[in-house]
Amino acid sequence: MLNIPSHSLYTMLLVLGLMGLASGIQYALRLKHPERDYEELKKRINSWWWMIGILFICLTVSTTTAIVLFAFISFLALKEFFSIVPLRLNDRRVVFLAYLAIPLQYYWVGVGWYGMFIIFIPVYVFLLLPARMVLIGETKGFIQSAGIIHWATMLTVYCISHVAYLLVLPEKNPQAGGLGLVIFILFMTELNDISQYIAGKLFGKHKIIPKVSPNKTWEGFIGGLACISLLATLIAPWLTPLSAIQGLGAGLLISCAGFIGDVVISSVKRDLAIKDSGTLIPGHGGILDRFDSLTYTAPLFFHYCYYLAY
Amino acid sequence: MIKMLFFALFIKPIVFIVLGLNLQGYKQLPLKGPAVVAANHNSHLDVLVLMSLYPLRRLKYIRPVAAADYFFQNKLWAWIATRCIDIIPIQRSGQSAEQVLEACHQALEAGQILILFPEGSRGQPEQIGKIKKGLFYLMQQHPQVPITPVFMRGLGKALPRGEALFVPFNCDVIISEPLGLAINSREFVIHIRKVFDELSQRCLGQGF
Repeated sequence: MLNIPSHSLYTMLLVLGLMGLASGIQYALRLKHPERDYEELKKRINSWWWMIGILFICLTVSTTTAIVLFAFISFLALKEFFSIVPLRLNDRRVVFLAYLAIPLQYYWVGVGWYGMFIIFIPVYVFLLLPARMVLIGETKGFIQSAGIIHWATMLTVYCISHVAYLLVLPEKNPQAGGLGLVIFILFMTELNDISQYIAGKLFGKHKIIPKVSPNKTWEGFIGGLACISLLATLIAPWLTPLSAIQGLGAGLLISCAGFIGDVVISSVKRDLAIKDSGTLIPGHGGILDRFDSLTYTAPLFFHYCYYLAY
Repeated sequence: MIKMLFFALFIKPIVFIVLGLNLQGYKQLPLKGPAVVAANHNSHLDVLVLMSLYPLRRLKYIRPVAAADYFFQNKLWAWIATRCIDIIPIQRSGQSAEQVLEACHQALEAGQILILFPEGSRGQPEQIGKIKKGLFYLMQQHPQVPITPVFMRGLGKALPRGEALFVPFNCDVIISEPLGLAINSREFVIHIRKVFDELSQRCLGQGF
């Protein structure tokens, strides 16, 4: 059916089933407690439906549409980053060049040119952006702008493009395909966010980094770690070329990396004294608020797999 | 019709996909005229963003007030300004105050929604300029018409004055409650400025 490898197809159906369950619970809660306000929960779940719907449609249509989708996500994330950080009038042309890195980076992904994909932004874009700044000639605030623009491009374009590259890796688990890897990293990352949040709400006592994020607790972190390690051990052999024990390693890695990605973007927002980075996704905030963990989990999981299985 | 197509096919996709808005207070945007939307001015994009907030079917009632001397400089600009955007042209020099505002009075009497920029020009990128008194004199004759201040940030980054290169940035659009008219023009100008300053505190984005 639809040319989707069977394991990936079943996982997608399972995700849709779970979403249906979540919507059902939300509906039941509203019937049971009509006096309470579930508006925020409803918005969140609706946004999840949209995000998962768009993702699944693009993943099923073709590899190319999926790559274009990730390129578009990179664009939205980079734009959001550039909109909230302080930049100079003179940086506009440099920012424009940074945007041009997106189609090129995803073109390397599309043609499967691994060598170029892996060095394009850390080497060529890294060297080119300050060169363009020099041509413009404004030296006041040079260091800060050079740092911000390249860091933003790394996080939102380079890191997120690793998800797309999973689609063009040679097939090692034919029943899941490249699709399986993408579904695995995306849902493990998001489930990690959710399970850390729930474990924190249920058991949270000892704060990890109160200065950055007062809601993050050791109990939440460990709860998420345990949950994702278990899930990854079970699911990795089904969706990826990894064995169960390698899946456990992937789970630990994703959980820790996801936590760090989350608090890195939190620190950015705290520095700028804003709560959300945007308003694009109702109930979630901006695109960076949703993809913060993925900026760390995607490249680390990619290289973990690449080292072990390719 | 041209106006609807221009916005549906060209302007709205640019505003909502390439730019992206952080919109606050949308429910306070006046949908029915007569009304006045008074916004800060940083870019040619300002008016296109404000008009994009409206459903296509309401667009024909939305009339931006713009300088005739600037927009009628060449034929292409003039065609866009009159056919696609449908501005109310204002002669900035050579006429009495009453003559200048005549078309605005007519539009308000016809129940339209005016978009105008009390600063009068785009000024320095992402800075609020001096608020002019024209709006006060216009509204003196329409004391019942609500004035809704809107503050925008980010468009002066995307396309500032004097730049031809369009660079995408998210733009904050913050819509305030409608204001009444103050007792005199000085009070009015101070009040508008204060509202802009308050709205600017709620922006997510940074200026320059």
